[in-house]
Amino acid sequence: MTMKNITVALAGNPNSGKTSIFNMLTGAHQHVGNYPGVTVEKKEGLRRYAGYEIKFVDLPGTYSLTAYSIEELLARNFIIEQQPDVVVDIVDASNIERNLYLATQLIEMNVPLVLAFNMSDIAKQKGLIFDTEQLSRLLEAKIVPTVGNKGKGKTELLNAIVETAERGKIERTHKVSYGDEIEEELAKIEAIVIDKKCRLLEKYESRWLALKLLEQDEDITSNVERKEILDVVGPCIEHLRTIFSDEPEIIIADRRYGFISGACKETIKSTVELRHSISDAVDAVVTNRILGLPVFLVLMFLVFILTFKLGEWPMDLLDTFFNQLGKTITGFWPAGSENWLQSLLVDGVISGVGGVIVFLPNILLLFLAIAFLEDSGYMARAAFVMDSIMHKIGLHGKSFIPMLIGFGCSLPAIMATRILENRRNRFTTIMVIPLMSCGARLTIYALIIPAFFPQQWRGPVLWIIYLTGIILAVSCAKVLRLTLFKGETTPFVMELPPYRMPTLKAICMHTWQRGWVYLKKAGTIILAISILLWAATSYPKPSEKDLAGLNVQEVRQAELIHSVAGRIGRTIEPIIQPLGFDWKIGTALIGATAAKEVFVSQLAIVYAVGSADEKSETLRQKLQANYSPLTGFCVMLFCLISLPCVATLAMTKQETNSWGWALFQFAGLTILAYIITFGVYQFGRLIGL
Amino acid sequence: MSSENKKGEQKQLRPLSTVRNGEKVKLVRIDAGRGLNSRLASMGLVPNVEITVISNRQRGPFMLSIKNSKMMLGRGMANKIIVL
Repeated sequence: MTMKNITVALAGNPNSGKTSIFNMLTGAHQHVGNYPGVTVEKKEGLRRYAGYEIKFVDLPGTYSLTAYSIEELLARNFIIEQQPDVVVDIVDASNIERNLYLATQLIEMNVPLVLAFNMSDIAKQKGLIFDTEQLSRLLEAKIVPTVGNKGKGKTELLNAIVETAERGKIERTHKVSYGDEIEEELAKIEAIVIDKKCRLLEKYESRWLALKLLEQDEDITSNVERKEILDVVGPCIEHLRTIFSDEPEIIIADRRYGFISGACKETIKSTVELRHSISDAVDAVVTNRILGLPVFLVLMFLVFILTFKLGEWPMDLLDTFFNQLGKTITGFWPAGSENWLQSLLVDGVISGVGGVIVFLPNILLLFLAIAFLEDSGYMARAAFVMDSIMHKIGLHGKSFIPMLIGFGCSLPAIMATRILENRRNRFTTIMVIPLMSCGARLTIYALIIPAFFPQQWRGPVLWIIYLTGIILAVSCAKVLRLTLFKGETTPFVMELPPYRMPTLKAICMHTWQRGWVYLKKAGTIILAISILLWAATSYPKPSEKDLAGLNVQEVRQAELIHSVAGRIGRTIEPIIQPLGFDWKIGTALIGATAAKEVFVSQLAIVYAVGSADEKSETLRQKLQANYSPLTGFCVMLFCLISLPCVATLAMTKQETNSWGWALFQFAGLTILAYIITFGVYQFGRLIGL
Repeated sequence: MSSENKKGEQKQLRPLSTVRNGEKVKLVRIDAGRGLNSRLASMGLVPNVEITVISNRQRGPFMLSIKNSKMMLGRGMANKIIVL
């Protein structure tokens, strides 16, 4: 039996519950990608129903369909170019008037429309009663009450979609009227557009075109090829400006609300006195002048603990698993006959794959916490509370959260920047996150500080390192915002949705989707680079002759020195000498680009101490014997400022959708690290340290 | 420009940022570029809409309520919204 295909686009305001409706309609059959060329998410899903194969496309949440933001343009263009069979506008029924603004624009575009009155349970609680039949007639669209996060209304919605798709496009009788003055000018523009056979008529309807031209829509106006049309539009706009002493665009917006207001007055009754809800009570505390910040800090602390402490247990489990796997695979080769394949599999592939998967618990837990904060509505309040502080650095209040996570690990932190909508803020935050000293670097500090500093100095030195990171992050953010990511201070306007209890199903789904994206995208890059680094630290191997008579540690030392990484280490020695480093540190740094923890073990190999960790006294003694405390401090400084690991690089690439930015981050941090370490070392020598 | 209401009090055009907690005002116009104007309009801030100020501190963002939703604005923006 052949199925007929239909495409359904889902539109709606942010916070209208669009995602839960999408999940309800598509179940597990979803695919998340990007719109080509931009970092805006594109979600698609499939469902079979009533003999149809339905493809659902989740458009970005928008308040409107203007040309002012990329999300709105994408949504609008999808509707115009892909011509979906049905557009479902998901409306927050407890906040109808504002939500219907988008619906009026869809009506203007004359798309086959279905309205999902979502959160209808909350609307009921508020005492709102809808005459859906009448409203449906006025808006010429089927209306279906739904409760997305509980799965209610699914069948009715699907039925409405199918019926609307079968009915197809209709000639509307109830058009949005903009008042006599504007209608007069619209008629003039429509006439000339048709007369001059404007090529845009192939895609858009004449009335809609006229409306956009009157609104001075940049996208449409710039695509009009006939000057005669624009010559007519100009005076129309001037005329309206004079009559209304305001831009036609604003008057048109006002008239849309007028239309909505009229339709709602007739069809919506409020039976309960709207009293101060629980939301307001919570807000009184959470955004309170004095309590707001402490509440926020406590919650952040909990998020941090959840991500890293709770994550420890599954991470250790995974670590053990991969170690065991490595041993098992090694077991296939009789002892002593290990060859390159074994090394590639165990030290390259398994180590690489393990390195990626081991982060998964962290990431899942973090996103679980974030999903909870976002879905409950708290995230908006957090931005409100943090705004005054973050504003001084030129960042959004929400930037605080990814930066805080960065103290644990940059990887989930960079992923967390998704909560920032503004591209410039997001990129700036991504660039400076590595300066928040992450957990891996702690292993380096744990090795070096006791090796060089007496007991009473250890705490303060650690403090200084962390503080330096923070100060640098703030300064760099400021500089970036003034230069590369310059832009007027983000027009800060944000809706504060009412508090809601997130459903377990919803947050689990959000979380799982993020985790999957991480595995697929970042995972592949990290694995590839890990294998490359394995090759660089293992090959070329020294000849049998060179290895004669050496013990196990010395063999490993010789192999490392002989490899590509080792050679690079020697080659860059002259460059890093002014920082107080030698080729041994250089080699360890090269190996450590895979992951900062590796620095310690690489250093151990170079000093033929065998496998050692940061607690190794032997290694510390070697360090003490060979370097000064100043050098030790400089090593920590360099590790702090330079990129923590290739995984970070991969993550930046993924979140910025560009290798260019990832390399910029890498180069920028490395150069910054070099300059500062150079300065500190030389200054230290100067004053006799 | 000012107008008198029933009690004979004078009302002045002023920026939203000067309105105190709990006061209700009406939007007259927004002194900003078209992009910002349009975005605010699509979120409900059109001429004549009633705005209730929820939180106005001398520094930091500004919280208000229109129709049935709560919104947060930067101080700069609250300065540009002229109300009566």
